[in-house]
Amino acid sequence: MKTASTEKKAAGKATSKEPIDILIVGVGGQGIILASRIISQALVYAGYDVKQSEVHGMAQRGGAVSSHIRAGEKVYSPLIPYDSARYMLSFESLEALRYMSYIYAGSTVLLNDQKIDPPSVASGQQEYPPDVIERIKKKAKDVRVIPAADVAFELGNERVVNVILTGALAGNLPVSRKIWMKTLSELVPAKLMEINTKAFERGMQFSNR
Amino acid sequence: MKQLLTGNEAIARGAWEAGVCFASAYPGTPSTEITEAIAGFGEVNAEWAPNEKVALEVGIGAALGGVRTLVCMKHVGLNVAADPFCTLSYTGISAGLVLICADDPAMHSSQNEQDNRYYARLAKVPMLEPSTSQEAKDFVKLAFDMSEKFDTPVMVRVTTRISHSRGIVELKPRKSLARKPFKTDPKKYVMVPSNARMRHRVVVERQKNIAEYGEKALINSIEPGKGDIGVVSAGVAYQYAREVFPQAHFLKIGLSNPLPKEMIRKFAKGKKKIFVVEELEPFMEEQIAAMGIAVEGKSRLPEIDELNPDVVRDGFVKKRKPHKADVVEGLPNRPPNLCPGCPHRGLFSAIKPLKLVIFGDIGCYTLSVLPPLSTHDSCVCMGASIGMSHGYSKVGGNTTQKSVGVLGDSTFMHSGLTGVMEMAYNKGSNTVIILDNRTTAMTGGQNHPGTARTLKGEDTVSLNLEEVCRALGVKRVFRVNPFEVKATREVVKREVSIEEPSVVISTAPCPLIFKVKSAPLAVDSVKCKECGACLKINCPALTKRGEKAFIVDYLCNGCGVCGQICPFDSIGVPASK
Repeated sequence: MKTASTEKKAAGKATSKEPIDILIVGVGGQGIILASRIISQALVYAGYDVKQSEVHGMAQRGGAVSSHIRAGEKVYSPLIPYDSARYMLSFESLEALRYMSYIYAGSTVLLNDQKIDPPSVASGQQEYPPDVIERIKKKAKDVRVIPAADVAFELGNERVVNVILTGALAGNLPVSRKIWMKTLSELVPAKLMEINTKAFERGMQFSNR
Repeated sequence: MKQLLTGNEAIARGAWEAGVCFASAYPGTPSTEITEAIAGFGEVNAEWAPNEKVALEVGIGAALGGVRTLVCMKHVGLNVAADPFCTLSYTGISAGLVLICADDPAMHSSQNEQDNRYYARLAKVPMLEPSTSQEAKDFVKLAFDMSEKFDTPVMVRVTTRISHSRGIVELKPRKSLARKPFKTDPKKYVMVPSNARMRHRVVVERQKNIAEYGEKALINSIEPGKGDIGVVSAGVAYQYAREVFPQAHFLKIGLSNPLPKEMIRKFAKGKKKIFVVEELEPFMEEQIAAMGIAVEGKSRLPEIDELNPDVVRDGFVKKRKPHKADVVEGLPNRPPNLCPGCPHRGLFSAIKPLKLVIFGDIGCYTLSVLPPLSTHDSCVCMGASIGMSHGYSKVGGNTTQKSVGVLGDSTFMHSGLTGVMEMAYNKGSNTVIILDNRTTAMTGGQNHPGTARTLKGEDTVSLNLEEVCRALGVKRVFRVNPFEVKATREVVKREVSIEEPSVVISTAPCPLIFKVKSAPLAVDSVKCKECGACLKINCPALTKRGEKAFIVDYLCNGCGVCGQICPFDSIGVPASK
């Protein structure tokens, strides 16, 4: 089994796995579920105990969606407690503001600069918040803006935004490139592997800024 | 081999490993994916039943027919199946029968958050509560063994957080079992009073035996810790409590009905405080308090909503002080909405000007309650729309404000037939609209008896809605196309004014499930008079640019409803396309 070798490697390491909590947020239909699966599976291959939790059902109907990924030596709660998400990956700009309780001063926030107007903004009753980044910075200093839609446009496929963002987070995690590629090949359709690999690698370039 | 599985996938896998050959269910969030997953195993004959009561009855037949059987439903589904469930407890089974009940604390996708653990007590049926995906698989396998060992149905109770969370699960091979031929036994299976009286004694005795089993079973365990606080918990609440009390003594309950009372007494002995950490109702707390043990639970935790580590910490340890940046005042909400191109938007746009009382039902269409569409006056349970509109009109409600009952095709199959029978038989004068989108849309597009396909993807007969309504005694049955707004309005307007029961079938396929899409439309900004009529149908593709209406072309489905609403004929297919 492929998993047996990675398990053995993990068991052989003397150092214990530092817990990593990752919160992914956005809007239904943006591909958050696939991104969560790629990240969770890669962390499993890297030897972590992993729990991942999201609520679907209403997700396809344009509602707000969030996914919790928790990795560590041993994970209990599938939900991340407040003030402890090491990473927040926001697929949509203002959605980050809905989950501020989860981040802390040392969090890294990866923010897709894409804006999807909520119904009240679309109909002109409310304004899209103009100061998303400033508001996040009141709690966490490390905010990295990712123009994922522009990158996807450059790559010629607007549907790879989720994989670009996955790549942007991936570069921060203690998971080897080999594992990421193996996971990607298992979870994206073979005919889309080439474009998704490109998207993932472009995303990774945003990791170390 | 290990795999990352959702609780639902793990349940299906566990049932398959336990040798299950038959499964039946009606879709319902958060339980739906269990049956979809088990249908993927070639050895398992899996079916969508028209409702949960039928699913359980079919399951009982299959278990008596001699194969291990899985029946799945959401919490409110067990209300529908409660009738066979409570007597099945008396008859017992032949081959194992496990009922999966998926509760929905916080009502992520439900009309109430009832705590179905009480059903296990009501029916005197053993209940297991897994707290991870791995346990979901293991407990389902154990449930089948217990079912056959004690001759009882076994309930496995999960919650949304278990069903829809992924965790690492160790996979095992399938157990192969021979079918047990049916043995006639009227005293056991024919529940006339004289036999049922005997069987109730058997049930009480059985519960005692299971309680004894629970005292020693590994599924309940004392996990020694430090200090003088003891925590009793089950299900996902255990995981939250573990996180909040890393050092405390734990009694982890896996078999929560009947409770292992001796074990609880032993655990409580010498502890200064016993905390019961459980979601929703004080199910364990009240039973433990009744044993004379001082416990704290719901005095510290809410009996509404889901728990999480923060709620548990706030209740038992220390209330968290929020950071001043945590809450952003006035952040625009993003409520779920009818999709662009949804035929329900056409139907509700058609009937909105008629100012009817709208008795709604359970399905996507309930989302039309959101402003500005605001077209629902009630939503109670599957099928309620028909009976409620009949009752309303029967007492003269229609003389002050006319009404309709509105429900989907799958909901009609589930619980609508008896309602229509009622309104015809009792000389009703109400109108029912069936929103026929050819699928069970809300739960992700499952087949039903009107779709001509089974769960396994085979072709089958299709129930004809018109013929069925006529056969039930309704003479006025009409079919409309909800994308023809004006024509639909005329038919409904006429039918609500006629003193006779009627059914209007509004047929158009769900665009999300059947991937229906036409060329996107655009607003002619010269013709647009900024009246805002189109924005009132609450389409995600319609927005404002300055004061003019504007269509976001990648969201537009081209259904054309907005164009029919516009009084100035300003919406159409753009000339350039």
